[in-house]
Amino acid sequence: MAIPRLLADAEKGNEILEAVVIRFVGDSGDGMQLTGTQFTDTSAMFGNDVATFPNYPSEIRAPQGSLYGVSGFQVHIGSIEVSTPGDNVDLLVAMNPAGLKTNLYAVKPGHTIIVDTDSFSKKNLEKAKYDSNPLEDGSLENYRVIEVEMTSLTKEALKDIEGIDNKSITRSKNMFALGMVYWMYHRSPEYTIDFLNKKFRTQPLIAEANTKVLNAGYYFAETLELIPNSYTIAPAKMEPGTYRIILGNTATAWGFLAAAEKSGLELFLGSYPITPATDILHELVKHKHFGVKAFQAEDEIAGITSAIGAAFAGDLAITTTSGPGLALKTEALGLAMMIELPLVVVNVQRGGPSTGLPTKTEQSDLLQALYGRNGESPVIVIAASTPANCFEYAYQASKLALEHMTPVILLTDGYIANGSAPWKIKTVAEMPEIRNNKVTGNGEEWHAYDRDEETLARSWAVPGTKGFEHRIGGLEKDQVTGNVSYVPENHEFMTKIRAEKIKRVENYIPDLTTEFAGEGDVLVIGWGGTYGALHTAVKQLQEEGVDTIGFAHFNYINPLPKNTEAILGKFKKIVVCELNNGQFAKVLRIHFSRFEFLQFNKIQGLPFGNDELIQKFKQLLPK
Amino acid sequence: MMETTTEEKYMFKDFVSDQEVRWCPGCDDYVILRSLQKALPEMGVRKEDVVFISGIGCSSRFPYYMDAYGMHGIHGRAPAIATGVKLANPDLSVWVITGDGDSMAIGGNHFIHVLRRNMDLNIILFNNEIYGLTKGQFSPTSLVGQKTKSSPYGNTQPPFLPGELAIGAQARFFARIGGNMPKEMTQIFIEAEKFKGTALIEVLQNCVIFNNGCFSKYTDKTVRDDQQLFIEHGKPMLFGKDREKGLVLNGLKLEVATIGENGVTQEDILVHDAKEQDPTLHQMLVRLEYPLVTGIIRSFVDVTLGEREDALTAQVKADSEFTKTDDLFFSGETYVVK
Repeated sequence: MAIPRLLADAEKGNEILEAVVIRFVGDSGDGMQLTGTQFTDTSAMFGNDVATFPNYPSEIRAPQGSLYGVSGFQVHIGSIEVSTPGDNVDLLVAMNPAGLKTNLYAVKPGHTIIVDTDSFSKKNLEKAKYDSNPLEDGSLENYRVIEVEMTSLTKEALKDIEGIDNKSITRSKNMFALGMVYWMYHRSPEYTIDFLNKKFRTQPLIAEANTKVLNAGYYFAETLELIPNSYTIAPAKMEPGTYRIILGNTATAWGFLAAAEKSGLELFLGSYPITPATDILHELVKHKHFGVKAFQAEDEIAGITSAIGAAFAGDLAITTTSGPGLALKTEALGLAMMIELPLVVVNVQRGGPSTGLPTKTEQSDLLQALYGRNGESPVIVIAASTPANCFEYAYQASKLALEHMTPVILLTDGYIANGSAPWKIKTVAEMPEIRNNKVTGNGEEWHAYDRDEETLARSWAVPGTKGFEHRIGGLEKDQVTGNVSYVPENHEFMTKIRAEKIKRVENYIPDLTTEFAGEGDVLVIGWGGTYGALHTAVKQLQEEGVDTIGFAHFNYINPLPKNTEAILGKFKKIVVCELNNGQFAKVLRIHFSRFEFLQFNKIQGLPFGNDELIQKFKQLLPK
Repeated sequence: MMETTTEEKYMFKDFVSDQEVRWCPGCDDYVILRSLQKALPEMGVRKEDVVFISGIGCSSRFPYYMDAYGMHGIHGRAPAIATGVKLANPDLSVWVITGDGDSMAIGGNHFIHVLRRNMDLNIILFNNEIYGLTKGQFSPTSLVGQKTKSSPYGNTQPPFLPGELAIGAQARFFARIGGNMPKEMTQIFIEAEKFKGTALIEVLQNCVIFNNGCFSKYTDKTVRDDQQLFIEHGKPMLFGKDREKGLVLNGLKLEVATIGENGVTQEDILVHDAKEQDPTLHQMLVRLEYPLVTGIIRSFVDVTLGEREDALTAQVKADSEFTKTDDLFFSGETYVVK
């Protein structure tokens, strides 16, 4: 992320910024996720573009004050387009020494750190493995450190409220920090006060205490000479409409809700808890009022096989998982492909292989999604690329599955699944139609593998439909009668027609587009969740005057968009950027062997950073 | 149990598919197939509402031979597939066809969980104490010492007793029947369909090729009356050619007593209560080696998963402010950009 440019001194002590990155860190119990979310929502309502990313420990309640118990929430807000949660931070709010220690690396030199000095006790410093107090030993001299006795000030603010326990008092100190940050960025605390009143409707004392502390923090910052500046970030230019801030996993879940309603089918989810996909299950179990049947199964295999059963019985059936879970679902996915039923499998990718890095992001399940089954077993593979467009691609996955009678794997990843961003709300009415292949008539002369001439999709006769009683299964079937067949030529024919069916999906998906240069020296290629980082980097180069670098991002992996080859041919160099060891580059080499595909790979469980991308692209551009 | 009944009268041949049956000649699977084809017209279900789901193994070819809806699934997963079918459409009559390897080895997890949940499904377990389709390896019900292709010196793994495992996993309905008793089997299938909840029927199915005679000490017509106790709800547990023997409870053990000996009268003989919630006596009946207890051993009516889900869904719907997804999307914290 480029350091926000100073546009003008509007008045003394008030700077106008284009964008800012803030990170709130503290103990898992300090309420940092809530603090960050509140700042995000308030900024979004003010009209800023926003992108967020949480970072919490995998331990549920790690020991207080420990380095591995630090919970963080990063938010990037801007008056300009914001495509990532940002790399380095302009403001770090550290509620304890462990939070400071584990996050200091991310603070840009010269920028601001707010600390709760009350938490810098000898004991907490020891827990954070500090040999000396960083507030005193000069190690922070490159930063603007604002020391606040936050715990004491919180207690002081609440001294007049009777009947509130000590624990509740200390727990509300996150509101003090939030109040300060609101003042610094010219944000009204009003929205959060409303929120607190709603959240603690049944505990008015808690609501009052939190509000009081929030206001105390706000006024403290206003009067404090230690804070020399406040900052204004003007509303961003965004397409008119009604928006909300949405998490990637929520957007995925809602895409399925919309697809079910549009298609007139009931939604069935078979799922087994796995990080970082479980929030989709959490979301869908809430929506029984829409007739959603969300079934928490006994294992990953039962998750997908129950969904296959539901698909057989006529539901829009989905299963959600992450890498190791997809591995377990492999055999069943082959069955769904063989019996040609509509099914969506969501893989929220995480660091692999094996258990790998469950809470970290990676794009290393692409080859598993494409090829990880026995036999010739093609399925549609698509990938969402932002938290908000998880909605579109979940919807699109459902549409493709139903219209083409095939399993579809939807790839997202931990980064976009747990990230949030503004989503311009779509009504179901404005979403594209979804057909399905359910049979009509009386079933005479009907066979299970009768196909649509255009799509090659077979028809869908669900139990309960008179006259269409039939049997399907994992054994190879005769192309005409649908009965079990071991005839050699028939197997070859069926293998090829199943492949052709998937290939023809290319006629039903949008063309690949390029951003920035449409031809020239370097084509940057990405797929899935890296869109924000790649887009931001190429855009920055373009703003710096480079007009020969283009960017093509893939959401459709199998089949690939029909015009892919034409676009590849317009650039002298092609670099495929992925958070893996080169999986999509391999796929492109298989399809388009006449091109040379350079690679830029990162396999650290982390998203791309802006600086490393810029540096790489500059190397590739002519001197 | 199906609520819908049909005007249409079916014959057993209405459920016979056009596929040639390919089991070995003499296999008990033929008896099971024909018994079910005879039972279905008696159940009052519409043919288009009947669904057979199977896994892998000899028994799992079953759906191909039934003229109904069917899916030949993958090894061990039929209970999970069937759960999805039934949750998607509760009006269907869903049957799981499985074997001892399919249900208790590779599919053990799904088997215990489907029983625990009490979905309204029927499961027919073809137990032949051997792997047939892979040509003769020991299964989870093979006996210790049994010589098979994968245990040439004798099997060293102690077997599961399907009924014991099932009732341990909270099966509400468990029946056991010999593969050579089509009349009783047909009746049990009808009772299973009537039962609301997961009904498990273990068929002692002779494999003529790889484990011939495995149950003959109980099922042969010459010994059957003396070795088997066919149990019926509300009736005394009597067996023997002249029904002169019966079961009594002695402490924590079931014992065989003969009426007229040692002062034992008919009143001393236990009366079968299949509907009792407490499974203790049902487990003892399942475990008994002499006589082998067959018939419906347990039939305890309990709330089904479907009923729980339906009640919850109705409640959530009644309380919800949402009827369309748009209501949800525009609910809560939204903001307008002009």
